[in-house]
Amino acid sequence: MQIPAYLPVMFAAAMLWYSAPLVVAVSLVCAATRQEFMQPILSHAARFAVWIVVFMGLFMALISLLQWLA
Amino acid sequence: MATAILPPEYNHVARDEPLEIELKQPWLAALLAWLVPGLGHLYQGRTGKGLLFFVCIMGAFFYGMYLGDGHVVYASTPGQELRWQYYCQLGVGGAAFPAIVQRSRVMDDRLPIGQDPEDDDRAWYAPPRNEQVSTIDDSGNRSRQPNELSRWVVDHNPYFEIGTVYTMIAGLLNVLVICDAYAGPLVIRGKADGDDNDEPNVATA
Repeated sequence: MQIPAYLPVMFAAAMLWYSAPLVVAVSLVCAATRQEFMQPILSHAARFAVWIVVFMGLFMALISLLQWLA
Repeated sequence: MATAILPPEYNHVARDEPLEIELKQPWLAALLAWLVPGLGHLYQGRTGKGLLFFVCIMGAFFYGMYLGDGHVVYASTPGQELRWQYYCQLGVGGAAFPAIVQRSRVMDDRLPIGQDPEDDDRAWYAPPRNEQVSTIDDSGNRSRQPNELSRWVVDHNPYFEIGTVYTMIAGLLNVLVICDAYAGPLVIRGKADGDDNDEPNVATA
């Protein structure tokens, strides 16, 4: 039986969901070590989470580009 | 008694005066924070942050343990060097430190705590056996692995690795928490002051 070409991509995309709880935990803890009150912690964490996701996206795009060039 | 001083208007709160944070005994707070994430902050009366740290770090740690079937922190094979990942996981002190005890029990030819002598499978929190084992994969193929750790990695692929990453990140995050318990929040210069006065937060004894 031949494995459809899209299956590994779908599997990798499913694995990415495991990063979501980590992004939340990392952004909250890092924000809480830089602020003292809850409101600034939450807004700092939200900004930091967006930054992490954008960074991951850019890194993934770079790897995909390298793979496409190879 | 030590205090950390945050500059005025830090944290986006309209304050004319610097914010003083009671750190009590910083070394004791840091030790408590290492033993149980957030406990040092609870000791200092910083309840909200303490609970936040506890939920985030212990949540990540135990979810990682769950993904790795309870083995990822206790996976250093007796007789060999500790896994390098363990040095990161050790940041969550109280939950990771017993791995040393279990490992030393096995190296002294004693059963790990919680291990049923009749049971062939290793209990949670027990280190792997350093002997060849066989395993059957999802396709029904039998393979021989050099030790039990290799079998766990194969049996729980890829969740063993994901669980390891979760527990490592939990341990590393707790290092930040220990620093926060010891010396207060890390003030971001410039943003805190808005002028040339780069006075950091100061812990005074």
